Amino acid sequence: MTVSTKDITQTADQLPVAAHPARFPRNPGIPLDLDWVSSVQVNTSAVERRAGSLGARRSVKKDYQAAWLLRAITLMDLTTLNGDDTRGKVRRLCAKAKRPLRHDLVEALGVEELNITTGAVCVYHDMISTAVEALEGTGIPVAAVSTGFPDALSPFHLRVQEIEESVKAGASEIDIVISRRHVLTGDWQALYDEMRAYREACGEAHVKAIISTGNLGTLRNVARASHVCMMAGADFIKTSTGKESVNATLPVSLTMVRTTREYEAHTGYKIGFKPAGGISKAKDALVYMSMMKEERGNDWLEPDLFRFGASSLLGDIERQLEHFVTGRYSATFRHGIS
Amino acid sequence: MTVSEIFKTMEYGTAPESTSEAQAWLDRHDRTFGLFVNGAFTKPGKECFDSVNPANGEVLAALTEATAKDVDAAVKAASKAQKSWAALGGAGRARHLYALARLIQKHARLFAVLESLDNGKPIRESRDADIPLAARHFYHHAGWAQLMESEMQGYEPIGVAGQVIPWNFPFLMLAWKIAPALAMGNAVVLKPAEYTSLTALLFAEICIEAGLPEGVVNIVTGHGPVGAMIAEHKDVAKVAFTGSTRVGRILREQTAGTGKKLTLELGGKSPFIVFDDADIDSAIEGIVDAIWFNQGQVCCAGSRLLVQESIAEAFHDRLRLRMQSLRVGDPLDKSIDVGCIVDPVQHKQITQMVEQGVAEGATAFRSETVLPENGCYYAPTLLTGIEAGDTLAQEEIFGPVLVSMNFRTPAEAVQLANNSRYGLAASVWTENINLALGIAPQIKAGVIWVNCTNQFDAAAGFGGYRESGFGREGGREGLYEYVKPSYLKSLKDAALVKPHALSEGGSEGIDRTAKMYVGGKQARPDSGYSTPVTSPKGKLISHVGMGTRKDIRNAVEAASVASGGWAKASGHNKAQILYYIAENLAARAEEFQTRLSAMTGVTVKSATQEVDAAVNRLFTYAAWADKYDGQVHSVPVRGVTVAMKEPVGVIGIACPDDAPLLGFVSLVAPAIAMGNTVVAVPSPVHPLAATDLYQVFDTSDLPGGVVNIVTGDRDELTKTLADHYGVDGVWYQGTAEGSTMVEHAAAANLKRTWVNYGKAIDWMDPAQSEGQEYLRHATEVKNVWIPYGE
Repeated sequence: MTVSTKDITQTADQLPVAAHPARFPRNPGIPLDLDWVSSVQVNTSAVERRAGSLGARRSVKKDYQAAWLLRAITLMDLTTLNGDDTRGKVRRLCAKAKRPLRHDLVEALGVEELNITTGAVCVYHDMISTAVEALEGTGIPVAAVSTGFPDALSPFHLRVQEIEESVKAGASEIDIVISRRHVLTGDWQALYDEMRAYREACGEAHVKAIISTGNLGTLRNVARASHVCMMAGADFIKTSTGKESVNATLPVSLTMVRTTREYEAHTGYKIGFKPAGGISKAKDALVYMSMMKEERGNDWLEPDLFRFGASSLLGDIERQLEHFVTGRYSATFRHGIS
Repeated sequence: MTVSEIFKTMEYGTAPESTSEAQAWLDRHDRTFGLFVNGAFTKPGKECFDSVNPANGEVLAALTEATAKDVDAAVKAASKAQKSWAALGGAGRARHLYALARLIQKHARLFAVLESLDNGKPIRESRDADIPLAARHFYHHAGWAQLMESEMQGYEPIGVAGQVIPWNFPFLMLAWKIAPALAMGNAVVLKPAEYTSLTALLFAEICIEAGLPEGVVNIVTGHGPVGAMIAEHKDVAKVAFTGSTRVGRILREQTAGTGKKLTLELGGKSPFIVFDDADIDSAIEGIVDAIWFNQGQVCCAGSRLLVQESIAEAFHDRLRLRMQSLRVGDPLDKSIDVGCIVDPVQHKQITQMVEQGVAEGATAFRSETVLPENGCYYAPTLLTGIEAGDTLAQEEIFGPVLVSMNFRTPAEAVQLANNSRYGLAASVWTENINLALGIAPQIKAGVIWVNCTNQFDAAAGFGGYRESGFGREGGREGLYEYVKPSYLKSLKDAALVKPHALSEGGSEGIDRTAKMYVGGKQARPDSGYSTPVTSPKGKLISHVGMGTRKDIRNAVEAASVASGGWAKASGHNKAQILYYIAENLAARAEEFQTRLSAMTGVTVKSATQEVDAAVNRLFTYAAWADKYDGQVHSVPVRGVTVAMKEPVGVIGIACPDDAPLLGFVSLVAPAIAMGNTVVAVPSPVHPLAATDLYQVFDTSDLPGGVVNIVTGDRDELTKTLADHYGVDGVWYQGTAEGSTMVEHAAAANLKRTWVNYGKAIDWMDPAQSEGQEYLRHATEVKNVWIPYGE
């Protein structure tokens, strides 16, 4: 372990203020409970059935749909994680995060007072400073992917150091990636220790644990990995890097969300959830939101407990909102790109 | 509320499905309907009744109360149409059924909206379950029509089917009834439930659109008495009913002895069993689908929650939490989970039953969902503190009310699950495949869902054990409910055989007294009386015990005890024993020939043929014992749905006078080959061929109690069997009156019956005296749904 909590407290006061003030005590983690981990049961067929019916069980229409879509924007980690990212690209992303909707639409919807922005922007380490600068004064937090994203196979001390560097650079949220091999080999202690170290390295920055569901093989593994990460102090659990061949799906999301309920029942701590990758339609976003409302309640429709990791979702939401306002189907080019 | 305000509250708002097309359809019919008879709507009748939307009390349409004359006209039309419909052939009928399926799909939303308006079920359910499943039923059975000639050889249509369906799945039940009936070449007269007739009337219109020949489908509306008129009509050859056990019993009594084929899909109190290693969240979601699907107004609703004691408290907590997010409201709102109860009458009944449960000590938990002010709504309810003997643990509530009990071990779970007069369905939740697949065969129910619930498909049979009725709907097993063996029409009345008066006493050699055979031991008659058995010339051959109801009681007791072990014995094991019986019978062939000749006066040649045929028949059922396989049905889920053939249980068999050895063997052998235990009443006139078999059984390793023999008056003894709550089935070969008596008495516990209505089977003709028809009567089909995938 290369970082102690002492180091973190020393740097804490230099951190940017989180945009989402804490409503609930932060999860400090608990000792690894292997009995609990091994007792986890997930019935894939039953989870798929429930996931399959979610979209049919709830429907939000008209004004309600508009409001829900606006809320979806505020739950979004507007993301760019590409090898060709430049300062210019990131500045454009941040501009979009600040003003995600065309002003005339905001006016027509009568929601100026809501000051709609995205929940955060999410970038690689090297883009943090650009983003922090671009977002100064907005309160929009910068999230950074870390720990050798997306495969997490760089030397462990460098992964920890990467977190520290990112926090120093101004990221107030760190999206770490777990070592999938620990899950696949059932080495829960190793997974726990790793997560614990990442959490400590984050200090006051909130940590989202990407468990990379597409690599874990079974929903049971998804649930077990989620539990271990929460035990080790994750603030959020997150489905995917967006780089796997299968990213966020409703069945894995449902499985993970249910683990947060169980964790809260045992410990009292509320854990956030972030599905990432593959959610590009406004309609999908609404299904995810109704899943959160059904499974966890309205608290999980706030950015401190729920985020979408998305790059193209916003575009579809803008089109849907324009349709709501004008009654005419919209077109991509009518909305500013990110 | 403004967008800005909604943004803060994040409520769902309403998402109403438009009813305008359905309303327009009703308007086009002036909101008044006649009956659908012989391919056209009749003028609305003199007496009409209202079909009401239970969500708001609005009258949707006036429907005609059919008269006896109307029913008669409908049956006549069906009768007339049936002959050419059957003659059209499977391929021709398949095209019509296919057209009906297509039209249902084309008008799917109209059906769904109309159904929700009329019944109060959530539009999500009518849209995503009822209507697609109904269309699927027609598609599937279009296929069976196509295949009938090749796959149902030796069977023919029954004729006119009278069908009476319930209000909980109005259109789906129509499909379940009409599709197989039509596929197999029958014509139908169907009565929808008085609360919910509209989709049946829409279907009538579809029949016209599809160009279905006139009279093949007739729809008559009205209340209960109309159903009774259909069931009682002399030209109705088949009665199919889905509804309450009370009405099912009445129908069993009404149709007794008429020769009408009857299927009954009745009530249930189906267990939902959760073991401590289940995926708890999924099990809880399963409960939502089990008891809050269609407001719990589902015959197979998982209404009895059985939870392993070690997790019960936590499980109930999580269930209560889940209940809080159930949304109850306008059935036409796409975002509600629970709609309204079909009628205030039902609402009142649910309310009273829950009040009674609470008075008996149950604790009621209701979700805090706000119910709409008007309309017939009942909040989802969980009752804990219920024990097995309580009224609500036994009686069907037929509403959104779950009762919960605990168990300690798998064995106790099975015991509690089976602690019911019903046996429709069960749901088993565990991640242990050994446990799940071990439990499934032990539960007395026609459908078992492993880690799922309320799964239906046209390819899988659905139907109950015990007082949940008999017969199956769906799958190959369901087809047999709409056909009859072709040989039946050629049967002649059985000759009445009377005992010959004793004119000459004394017997040769040492006196041999034939006793009863109970539990593998010879037993004296409880009465202490004996009756003589004479030759046709009146010469005394021997005495047999005069059996009474107490001997039947003892024999049923023995058969019940033997039942568990025999049912579990392997097919191979049962085959070995049947072969052994055949071997020992063959070894004593001469003795049996002599006995038959002496009793019946047949020639030595005939007697020899009968003994040979009996040996051969035993061989046949020894052969079948390990070959009457189940099936894996092709249903649209990732998993397997296994149609298992299980023994009926304890079967009482009254044997014919004709061919006293072969008749006995022809009935008893298939029954025991399939794992049943038997209480047989041999021919009262010629009982000795059967009683002589004791020694054959004793030397053939047949476990005691598998076959029990009680001699005496056939009808008197059979009456006791037919009345007995512990007997699961009665087969009767005797008089027409006796057949009536058996079917009538069987209504008490709805045991399966198979009677000859006084007709004579030619026991020497294998086409009518052996084979799969016998095995089918000796078995129940249990469909076990096992979704898989990690």
